[in-house]
Amino acid sequence: MKKGLKRREFIKKTAIALPLLSPAGIMLTDLVRTSCAWAGTGEVSGYNPLDHYYGMGIHIDRCIGCGRCAEGCKKENLVPREPFFFRTWVERYTIFSNREETEVDSPNGGINGFPELKTQQNILRAFFVPKLCNHCDNPPCVQVCPVGATFKTQDGVILVDNEYCVGCRYCIQACPYGARFLNPLTATADKCTFCYHRLVRGLRPVCVEVCPTQARVFGEIGTRSSPLVRFRRMNKISVLKSDLNTEPKVYYANLDGEVR
Amino acid sequence: MSADHLAETVDRLESVLEQVVGFIYPNEIELQWSLLIVIYPYITGLVAGAFILASLEKIMNVKEVTPTYRLSLLTALAFLIVAPLPLLAHLGHIERAHEIFFTPNLSSAMAMFGFVYAWYLAAVLLLEIWFEYRKDMILWSREESGLKKWFYRCLALFSTDISDEAVAFDHKAARVITMIGIPSAFILHGYVGFIFGSIKANPWWSSVLIPIVFLASAIVSGIGMVMLLYMIITPLRYKKIDMVCLNKLAEFLLLAIIIDFSLEMLDFIHRLYEAEESIKILSQMISSKLMISLVVVQLLLGTLVPAISLAFFRFTTFPDEIRKLVYFLAGILVQVGIFSTRWNVVIGGQLFSKSLRGLTVYKMTFFGLEGLFISIILLVLPFFLLYFLIRILPPWRKAKEAGQS
Repeated sequence: MKKGLKRREFIKKTAIALPLLSPAGIMLTDLVRTSCAWAGTGEVSGYNPLDHYYGMGIHIDRCIGCGRCAEGCKKENLVPREPFFFRTWVERYTIFSNREETEVDSPNGGINGFPELKTQQNILRAFFVPKLCNHCDNPPCVQVCPVGATFKTQDGVILVDNEYCVGCRYCIQACPYGARFLNPLTATADKCTFCYHRLVRGLRPVCVEVCPTQARVFGEIGTRSSPLVRFRRMNKISVLKSDLNTEPKVYYANLDGEVR
Repeated sequence: MSADHLAETVDRLESVLEQVVGFIYPNEIELQWSLLIVIYPYITGLVAGAFILASLEKIMNVKEVTPTYRLSLLTALAFLIVAPLPLLAHLGHIERAHEIFFTPNLSSAMAMFGFVYAWYLAAVLLLEIWFEYRKDMILWSREESGLKKWFYRCLALFSTDISDEAVAFDHKAARVITMIGIPSAFILHGYVGFIFGSIKANPWWSSVLIPIVFLASAIVSGIGMVMLLYMIITPLRYKKIDMVCLNKLAEFLLLAIIIDFSLEMLDFIHRLYEAEESIKILSQMISSKLMISLVVVQLLLGTLVPAISLAFFRFTTFPDEIRKLVYFLAGILVQVGIFSTRWNVVIGGQLFSKSLRGLTVYKMTFFGLEGLFISIILLVLPFFLLYFLIRILPPWRKAKEAGQS
């Protein structure tokens, strides 16, 4: 009788413990996997994310719309070549003097340059605006990701773990800037990483590196000697869609109110 | 993803690119949430609506709708089982779906889906159905023999007590569960609305009214669906449709349509009156891309026509046969209308650029996981499930009490 009771108790306890254990087990495996992944990044062992906090500045007036940034980004980050997937791209704005609707275009993200303007009449001014992920301090994409596959690093960069992303695309919907896309090769969300693989090796993002006019300024937000701090001190700064309270870390100098 | 699939995606996007009007961000050419995500809120809406109808009988004591009580519960269950399938089929990595349960990001509205769903399925619907059918299942297990006997014994979880006290307890339990169930049903569908309503990046979605509008339209679709099913199933059983019940259903359907329509109009007028930055592109979208699905199908055919005809034929003297016909047609129109409501929210919210400067198009595919074919299967599947549920747990065949002695 006593033995029977023990067995019953055992079965009862197992029945309760099993469902509790299985999620815990999976979480534990995940934890081990994640730690191993971190341990595997030994090649950049000198890098401490806590020592950095990155942002980017963009001189609108310097951009000539050559599209080398978008081209370089695609090459560096193996972004699919098709004109529907961009981590960074360049837009051209044409503002007219006769209250006509502002025209915007970005053929193939500006990679092949821009065609002649359709009309030369009544143009007040025209300019180029490079776009990329704003690496928001208050990122809506991170907020909505159901599994936490997209996250903010300690050095302020928004990344996607493509081995964890479920491909629900909620983050793409939540991004106000159209900076995200679903990578057709990995079926996961994809976006600008500020070339994080370069940052941890002390290099600058490729788009900054290849820009012939130095329209893009990259650097630390908080360090006084940073080129980015100088950029912010010397220029009138705006961010995109500031009313949405996303607190972007991509700063534009002389941004026109027409740019959204 | 295979190279073929990539090529197919690129072909599709190239043809979309040709139809883009104005400027859209280059990454926006691919529309991310397809037909499957239209089906998801439509189906969850039916679950919530059918349950609310069932609770009318249990909580509000609307005895007229008793003939549809069990049918409503089974309808809710059939649709609830299918509800997560469109979401799963839509994921880029279906094999990682369990992470939403095991490592949820607590700030994500979508991460809560698993918990809201599990709560509603296990703690509300299955429990209520079990208590409602417990006595019958015991009696059926006594009537039947062989496998069927064991099947019903298992379903009844081997309970055997059908004394008056036990049955009274069942009723009480079902009532308590319904009381918890009503807010749960509200949460289930209000939450689906919140998934859209909380996206501040999208002016078409971002509204506090969206969850409430979703809820109201859910009740419309749920009552409409149960009414349709009742009208189809009853003659198939060679039984007479209970006109008192049907009239009551029509009244509730009308009431729900009026509430839903008022809320939608409030949202619409509010947007027009505030006329924020996005109003230009949204008006352009409505007048070019959503004219048929929003103005004609959703508002005219799906709301005004059924509302007016229900009101007219219910509250004036007409022969029952004519009324039935009108109710039936209204029921169908309401389904089409609510489906286009979902379409207009989900697809509409992606047809305009977040740059507010251009419009794109949605190219539906036929084959593939996100195609029309799978969508049709997902829409038909709940009816098959309902058929089996009705076979297993007939809503109308109260078991013979003979077995009791």
